Amino acid sequence: MRSSTVGWLFLAPTLVILFIFGVLPFLYVLVIGFTQWNSFAADPTMQYNGVENFRRLMFDDQFLYSLWLTLKFGFFAVASQILLGYLLAQLFMRDFPGKGFFRTVHTLPLVIAPIAVGATWRLLLVPGLGPVPYYLNQWFGYELNISRYIDQAFVATVVMDIWHWTPLVTLTLLAALASLPKEPFEQAQIDGANRFQIFWHVTLPLLKPAILATVFIRLMDALRTVDEVWMLTGGGPGAATRYIGLHIWRVVFPKTDYGYGAAMSLITLYLTIVMCWLLYAGLVARRDLKRAE
Amino acid sequence: MRRNRPIVSILFWTVSSLITLLPIYWMFIVSAKSRVQLFGSPSFLLTSFFTENYINTLRDPAFQRYMINSIVIATSNAVLVTTLALFATYALSRYKLGGKENVFFWTITNRMAPPAVFLLPLFLLYTQVFVLNDAKLFDTRIGLILLYCVFNLPFAIWTLRSVIDGIPKELDEAAYVDGATTWQVLTKVVLPLAKPGLAVTGILTWVFAWNEYLFAATLTSVHARTVTTGLAEFVTVTGTNWGQMAATAMLTLVPALLVLGLVQRHIVAGLTFGAVKE
Repeated sequence: MRSSTVGWLFLAPTLVILFIFGVLPFLYVLVIGFTQWNSFAADPTMQYNGVENFRRLMFDDQFLYSLWLTLKFGFFAVASQILLGYLLAQLFMRDFPGKGFFRTVHTLPLVIAPIAVGATWRLLLVPGLGPVPYYLNQWFGYELNISRYIDQAFVATVVMDIWHWTPLVTLTLLAALASLPKEPFEQAQIDGANRFQIFWHVTLPLLKPAILATVFIRLMDALRTVDEVWMLTGGGPGAATRYIGLHIWRVVFPKTDYGYGAAMSLITLYLTIVMCWLLYAGLVARRDLKRAE
Repeated sequence: MRRNRPIVSILFWTVSSLITLLPIYWMFIVSAKSRVQLFGSPSFLLTSFFTENYINTLRDPAFQRYMINSIVIATSNAVLVTTLALFATYALSRYKLGGKENVFFWTITNRMAPPAVFLLPLFLLYTQVFVLNDAKLFDTRIGLILLYCVFNLPFAIWTLRSVIDGIPKELDEAAYVDGATTWQVLTKVVLPLAKPGLAVTGILTWVFAWNEYLFAATLTSVHARTVTTGLAEFVTVTGTNWGQMAATAMLTLVPALLVLGLVQRHIVAGLTFGAVKE
C-alpha cells in the first residue's frame, strides 16, 4: 500500500463532482423545502416558513392521489417484471439452438431511450393509427382508447414498463442463477424433492439476495418513471397516469412554487428510502425468524 | 437433466421475440410510410419505402443541432466518466484510505435518488446560483456533461471496481521496483489490462447519457437541447405527423442498437452493477 495522499488525489475529482452536483442540490432542496418561495408571488423572495409546506402537502389531494398512483404503478409493474423475468431467466438456463440470438433480442428494449420507448408505444396504441386498438376492435369488439379511459391508460403504462424493464430482471436473475452452486440441487434431488419443493426450499432462498437487489433497483426506477409515461399519455387522461415525478415536473415547475415543490421532492425521497428500508427489513427479519425456529 | 425439446423452445422464443420486437417493428413501418399510406387499416407490410420522413428530419436544422449536442455531450461524458472512474477505482483498489468502503458506498447512493427530487434544486442552482458574471450553467453542454457524472460515475466505479481489483498488485510492485512513477504504473501497467472493462463501461455510460431526457429537458432551453428532448418536443409541437415522429424516434434509438451489438456479451455484468455475481 502506498502513500494515501496520492490515493485521495486520484479520488478527488470524483468526490468534488459528486459533491457539487449530487450533495449540494440535496442540501439546497433541504433548505428550500422550509421556505416560502414563489417567483409569481407578491413577495418573490425566499422566506422561512417552517413546516408549513409539509403541513399543506398532507392535505393536498392531487399530491396524495399522485403518490397513490405511483405506488400502484410500482407494485404492478415490478411484481409482473419479477415473475416474468424469473420465468424467462429460468428458461434461458436451458440449452437450445439460437440462444445467443434470442438473448440479444430480449435485451433490446433495455438500451432504448425511455423517451423513444414512450414514442414507440404511443404509435402502437394511439387510436386511429395503432394496430393494437384496431385489431382488438376488429377481432373482439373491444374498444381501446388510452386517451379516454382511465384504467386502460394505467394498464398501458404498466405494460409498457414491463416491456421495457423485464429484460433487466431477466438478465440479473440469469446471472444469479448461473452463479448458484450445484450441490444443493443435487442433494435435494437425491433426497427425492419434487420440482416445486426444490424451487421453494432451494432455489428461492439461494436467489433471495439477487431478487431483493433487483426489486430495489426496479422499484426505485419505477417510482421515478417520467419520460415514457409523459410520452405515452402525458399524465392523462385527466391525472390518471400523473405519477409523482411527472407531478413534480409538470405541476410544480410551471407554477414556480419552489418552496412547495422542494418540500414535495423531499417527501418523495423520504418515502422512497423508507419504503425500500421497510421492504428490506421485512424480508431480512422474516428470514432470521425462520432460522431461529 | 431433462430431455430437451428444441422445437418447443424455439417456438416459444420466436413468439416471445416477436412480441418484444413488435413495437419497434411497427415504429419502423410507420416511419417508412406517408400520411396517406397510414390511413385506413394498419398493415404490417411494407410495399415501398417512403424516405421523406427521414430526409425531412435529417434536413431540419434544429434536429441537426440536437444531434450534434447529443453526440458531444454523450461522448464527453463517457470519456470524462471513464477517466475519473479509472482514477477513483485505482485509488480505492491500491491505496490504504481511511473509510474507503464508506466512500465507495456513498458514491453509489448518488445514483439511487429519484431525479425528480434534484430537478428543482439543480434548475435553481443552474439558473441563479452557479452564475459567474453572465455565464450560467443553464442551457450549456458542459452543464449537462458534469451533471450526468452524478449518475454515471457511481455506475462506472461499481463496474470498474472488480476489473481493477482483478489486475494483480504484483504487476504494480514489479513496475515500482523497476523505477516507474505512479502515473506510469497507471498508464503503462493498469490501463492496458483494464482496456476491455473500460471500453464496456464507457460505451454503457455513453448510452445512459444519450438516453437521458428529464434533466436535458429541464436544464436546457435552446442551445444545448439534445435528441431526446427534440423527440419529446416533436410530439407536443407537431401533434400527429406520425411518420416523421417515428423517423425521429428511430434515429434516436439507432445508436443504442449499434451499442447493443457491440457489447451484448458484457451487458449482463454491466447492467447488473456487478451486484449479483461476486
